[in-house]
Amino acid sequence: MFKNVKLVGVGGQGTILSTKILTQALLNAGYDVKMSEIHGMSQRGGSVSSDIRFGENISSPVVVKGSADYLVAFEQMEAVRYLDYVKKDGILIVNDLKIHSMLTQAGKTKYPEDIIDYLKEREHTYIYDATEKAKTLGNQKVLNIILLGVLVKAMKLEKLPIIEAIEDLVKPQFIEINKKAFKLGLSMFG
Amino acid sequence: MKKILTGNEAVARGAYEAGVVFASAYPGTPSTEILENIGLYKEIIAEWAPNEKVALESVIGASIAGGRSLASMKHVGVNVAADPLFTFAYTGVTAGSVLISADEPGMHSSQNEQDNRNYAKFAKIAMMEPSNSQEAKDMIIDAYDISEKYDTPLLYRMTTRVCHSKSIVELGEREEKELIPYEKNFSKYVAVPAIGRQLRHKVEKRLIALAEYSEQTKWNKIINNKSNIGIISSGIAFEYSKEAFGKEADYLKLGFTNPLPKNLISKFCDDHEKVYIIEENDPYIEEFVKNMGKKCFGKDIFPYTGEMTPDVIKRAVLHENMDILQPNMDLVVNRPPTFCSGCPHRGFFYELGKKRKKIIVAGDIGCYSLAVGEPYNLMDWLICMGAAFSSGHGAQSVIDRNPNDDRRLVSIMGDSTFFHTGINSLINTVYNNGKTINVILDNRITGMTGQQDNPGSGYKLQGEENTPLDIEAIVKAIGIKHVRKINPNDLKIVKETINWALELNEASVIITDWPCVLKKKYKNEDIEQYTNAWKTKDKVLEDKCVGCKACLRSGCPSLVFNPETKKMSIDETTCVGCDVCLQICPYDAIVKDEKYV
Repeated sequence: MFKNVKLVGVGGQGTILSTKILTQALLNAGYDVKMSEIHGMSQRGGSVSSDIRFGENISSPVVVKGSADYLVAFEQMEAVRYLDYVKKDGILIVNDLKIHSMLTQAGKTKYPEDIIDYLKEREHTYIYDATEKAKTLGNQKVLNIILLGVLVKAMKLEKLPIIEAIEDLVKPQFIEINKKAFKLGLSMFG
Repeated sequence: MKKILTGNEAVARGAYEAGVVFASAYPGTPSTEILENIGLYKEIIAEWAPNEKVALESVIGASIAGGRSLASMKHVGVNVAADPLFTFAYTGVTAGSVLISADEPGMHSSQNEQDNRNYAKFAKIAMMEPSNSQEAKDMIIDAYDISEKYDTPLLYRMTTRVCHSKSIVELGEREEKELIPYEKNFSKYVAVPAIGRQLRHKVEKRLIALAEYSEQTKWNKIINNKSNIGIISSGIAFEYSKEAFGKEADYLKLGFTNPLPKNLISKFCDDHEKVYIIEENDPYIEEFVKNMGKKCFGKDIFPYTGEMTPDVIKRAVLHENMDILQPNMDLVVNRPPTFCSGCPHRGFFYELGKKRKKIIVAGDIGCYSLAVGEPYNLMDWLICMGAAFSSGHGAQSVIDRNPNDDRRLVSIMGDSTFFHTGINSLINTVYNNGKTINVILDNRITGMTGQQDNPGSGYKLQGEENTPLDIEAIVKAIGIKHVRKINPNDLKIVKETINWALELNEASVIITDWPCVLKKKYKNEDIEQYTNAWKTKDKVLEDKCVGCKACLRSGCPSLVFNPETKKMSIDETTCVGCDVCLQICPYDAIVKDEKYV
């Protein structure tokens, strides 16, 4: 048995840190786990994605189209871009945030309207404003860990040693706020 | 101890455990983190080289002198290093030596999809291909023993998904190797023709011995599930195959792939009704199998390009399509990568864009290749590292033959690319009386691959400080008479300088001097030079903003247009106060945010 998780967003949103923390926690909890991400050009404000697969005897590190049990989109348009990765009955978690692409910002084309309404039509879809929630904690950047909390609750894996992984992987001055962000995320799902 | 490591971290650990003492590389996705991680081990001398050829040559010297050595590079880097590689293949090693090639099936961050397994066959050297992080660590330890036993450099072929995926690794301990004392041996190491002719025979005998090793090594193994379907595979494609077929097939898993094990493959083919060769990029194994007269399925059913992920395999073999949601793609707009907020390339490209009709732009490899996209659309071609100056020179020579064409060539590369091979290209332009405008965008770091230090950054890989290379002095020493060094965030000066260069009828060099916004380490003198870099922020005065969007031509991602109020605003969290938009605004509606002054 195994589960497939995919995290998508825009370069700079912290998808990679969330992925690292989750991967470390899964390892410490005794799962076989593989993770894959694409570095390089896409870091510069482009679309980014990372894959986590866990369970027993995982071979491929890649989540392919139609196979994600959980898809977490840190930005709304990215949710649609990667929608074909989530299983038909898989859980989709979306951060209700618009980030312009250079094409929409330069006025070459419009940022699409009604994405949230479109996504809401799908069952098993959960939409949150993690950016606003992060601001209430005093740092917009922790939206990535809030979304990680939502995901962990959705996976029913609240006992994963995420807090320990945060302590291992986050810079000391940001550990406390990230712990708070994770707990806030846990309380949000449902 | 168990750790979860990327393939790059794991192979670095393996090199450490194998007793490597010297490693060199030039950064390139997906190979960069190999040397970065090797650099963390104090027992190993780890150096960034200005290019891959230099890296491999340093490594060859280290091997000749008796220390285990390692070079790592991306696939196209091996093209640069191919010259020394092919002679190293003849001389062989004193202490073991491994060249890691990180290939890119799917071209996530590269200009081509070349399959560097062909280099091992071409150079007639040993090759290994790990499939996951544990193998990446374990196999390289054996690679050094093979290199020494068979007197061969070894090509260690990884791919993006092996390099950048994480899996669990059981760590071992470092085995310190005594240096092999260097003794002069000109009949082995001086590759003049007379000796080359002798070594040529050694290379052929070595291949025969390596072929025997290939038959019996544990890295080439059969996994028997009592199936009549047989799959031959290597690298990450083996993991994908296992995912796709599970226990429904038998596998011949090849980890040692040059020379390939003829008898093992032959018997495996004979023992199975249907044989599939599952490999990424070229039909490297497939051609070998077919040359033996064996029947198999390969690129006739699998795609010739891209990653051979489980879904691709299932589609090709089982004609099985997954039930996939079809998203409404009308709701999706492309999101190409962009210059960061505060990127010092922005001001230069903004001003250069105004001359669009008068110029042809020869581009190069680095962050500035992003100027190909919106809103700049400023790049006519991009070939390879260092090619901007030389290809620009060739183009200008031909353009100038047409009396009705007065366009000027602007050739653009970064500091690291200039050190890589741009210097040679600039020498060529000067010596041959070229007339191009040559721009060095000096951001004091190797940016695109993730802020690696280089000879101009002031730091070495393992942290020691050094004197930064003086680009202006080098350019003048080469013989360029017209050189200007400017702050690219000062648009007035950028504009003046571009006009100055366009008026000249001789080759010129413009050096833009401002650090990458992501550069982490500064010396005291740098901090003085780049006063207040990234410490301020800009803001929009709403009452003055008329919503003309002129500032958006800067291409800065911190600028946001509100369609309801028809006003611009600046994202406070990402703006670093470079002032480029402030200078563009025709209504003085952008000012320094006093909160941050």
